[in-house]
Amino acid sequence: MKKNWPLWEVFVRSKNGLEHRHFGSLHAPDAEMALKNARDVYTRRNEGVSIWVVESINIKASNPDDNEEMFEPATDKAYRHPTFYDLPDDIEHM
Amino acid sequence: MSHTEKKIANADQIRSLEEMFDAKIARDGKIEPKDWMPEKYRKTHIRQISQHAHSEIVGMLPEANWISRAPSLRRKVALLAKVQDEAGHGLYLYSACETLGISREELYEQLHSGKAKYSSIFNYPTLTWADMGAIGWLVDGAAIINQVPLCSTSFGPYARAMVRVCKEESFHQRQGYEIMMTLCNGTQEQKDMAQDALNRWWWPALMMLGPTDEQSTHTEQSMIWKLKRKTNDELRQQFIDQTVPQADIIGLNIPDSELKYNNETGHYDFGEIDWEEFWQVVKGHGMCNKERISARKKAWDNGEWVRDAAVAYAEKQAESQEAKQAV
Ligand SMILES: [Fe+2]
Ligand SMILES: [Fe+2]
Ligand SMILES: [Fe+2]
Repeated sequence: MKKNWPLWEVFVRSKNGLEHRHFGSLHAPDAEMALKNARDVYTRRNEGVSIWVVESINIKASNPDDNEEMFEPATDKAYRHPTFYDLPDDIEHM
Repeated sequence: MSHTEKKIANADQIRSLEEMFDAKIARDGKIEPKDWMPEKYRKTHIRQISQHAHSEIVGMLPEANWISRAPSLRRKVALLAKVQDEAGHGLYLYSACETLGISREELYEQLHSGKAKYSSIFNYPTLTWADMGAIGWLVDGAAIINQVPLCSTSFGPYARAMVRVCKEESFHQRQGYEIMMTLCNGTQEQKDMAQDALNRWWWPALMMLGPTDEQSTHTEQSMIWKLKRKTNDELRQQFIDQTVPQADIIGLNIPDSELKYNNETGHYDFGEIDWEEFWQVVKGHGMCNKERISARKKAWDNGEWVRDAAVAYAEKQAESQEAKQAV
């Protein structure tokens, strides 16, 4: 037969209160097995309390070559930061 | 612009891109998989990361040889956990390598066909239980020395995999040393067994840190890309300096008559390494090269029906899911 197992991306929440973070990837035939393999590969020492797996082909990633047009619009908008605004020196709690 | 002029302009462009790339790494910038990178960077990383992954995978074989014969349940669970970790290390590294655009199947194929190399140390046989001690202590010890600097290497996925690997290695070395220590506190026969294992593994462990700096071809480029932070000879000296006192503590003798602490340099001087033996093993003429690859291939081939069955099951589940949704 010879059909290769697809690639999955693994996200792990280390403990409640923290977000899921990308841990790596692995191959598995389906989501159920991907979860089990992720448990064995990435959480052998209690590294997580929750795992997400997403098949890698379902991730749309931005291209670093387009970073200029993608992220440049934010670089010249100093007025989005609190330090942009002039205030009297003796003002407090602001 | 003539054709040749265009070519030259192009080469200049690439050269300046490469200079910017190297400068970024010099500033401790990280390279991520989708970033532009010189072709040589991609190739070198595929080679090094896959060799590293293969070493973790093949490295399971000499130790797996003793799991069922471990002398106690304590030793058995520890060895089993260590070998399972090595499988994990292989998997972290394969997936880091795949981000460079090579498939897992190609990587396996390169290992199975003999095209790809793995660490020569795993082509030595594990003859007694003491070898489990010597491997954990010396081989994982040398691996740690190799791997710690890689935690800050320039390629992001490799560096992240190394951080995870290094966290897990320290238990490997400790369990090995504990085995040696226990044998050294045992009967004369047990102590002899530990000494014999050290005698056989010492020199291969020194070779594991790679050819001498004079013989080493990739050092300069690897330094720029932070695939190497210290030279092979520096790493080897570090390994010797830290390991000799550890042998002293449990009363074992390093099998090197020329080994002597040098007060002037603050390092141990040591004897000549048999590099002829090293190159023989690298070229495939070690004691276990054939056995290792055939064991690996056999495991892969015999597992094929399981992998196929898992795919068939997944497809069936997906179909019945679709059918349900259609109703
Ligand atoms: Fe490892
Ligand atoms: Fe390793
Ligand atoms: Fe290890």
